[in-house]
Amino acid sequence: VRGSEADGVGVLLAESDDAGAESTIAALRNGNFGTKLFRVNDGREALDFVNCSGAFAGRDRNDFPRLILLGLMLPGLNGLDVLRALKGDARTHAVPVVVMVADSERHHVTACYELGANGYVTKPPLHYDLQNAIASIGTFWLLLNRVPA
Amino acid sequence: MNDDVTNFADVEILLAEDNRQDAEMTIRALKKCSILNKLFWAKDGVEALDFIRCTGPYASRDPLQVPKLILLDLKMPRLDGLDVLRALKSDDKTRNIPIVAMTSSNQERDVTESYRLGVNGYVTKPVQFASFMEAVANIGMYWLFVNEAPA
Repeated sequence: VRGSEADGVGVLLAESDDAGAESTIAALRNGNFGTKLFRVNDGREALDFVNCSGAFAGRDRNDFPRLILLGLMLPGLNGLDVLRALKGDARTHAVPVVVMVADSERHHVTACYELGANGYVTKPPLHYDLQNAIASIGTFWLLLNRVPA
Repeated sequence: MNDDVTNFADVEILLAEDNRQDAEMTIRALKKCSILNKLFWAKDGVEALDFIRCTGPYASRDPLQVPKLILLDLKMPRLDGLDVLRALKSDDKTRNIPIVAMTSSNQERDVTESYRLGVNGYVTKPVQFASFMEAVANIGMYWLFVNEAPA
């Protein structure tokens, strides 16, 4: 429905917290990875985006993001549910998902890897550290990592 | 590196690589992240599995000491990378250990098969020396200092 805004997205950010999402988006922009970002606010929307259903029914089904940065505290369907759904489906299994949580959150590191998360990052609370962490995430997942064609 | 055969407590990266030149370049590049002494170099797939499972020559290793990353070459003698990947990702005791395939293979079927088996990431080895060094340093930075490995 949102037309071209949702096409050719490199990074899908699933994050319900506005301030948290904004700091991640700003740091990714600073990294100049030349990738389009798209943010969703809840888990259902994240799945709809990847599966081209619901509000994203018009999206090309072969157009997968190179990386999903997935928050866990999402309303409705939470991050673990989204991860389980994506990794349990042969069509979306290979899309890299890095779980990204706030420093203050309860950690679910092992549970995330059990469900097939590709990586897990705790967002550093300081701006400078966040910038460096996001630069490293972008360099690995957007520039070095290869995904199936 | 590899000189103390009884204590591997510090190993944070297991490098499984049969090509000596690539292994030496990888080790040199990781020096820049000052993690050289935390790397163990397994020279083929059998040695990599023995190291992780604490079997064979590594029977004395503490199985609770798990590396933060396995950097896995796909083309190795004895047991190749895809077999190592399949073995580790199908075993509950080892399936959560992050594995990045690093390979000269440019074949799409290796990429697809690696993800199907549960690889965490897949990097094609850059041909140029400088690019290779930079790629390895960036892989080390991300997996050792930014990414959180399972407890």
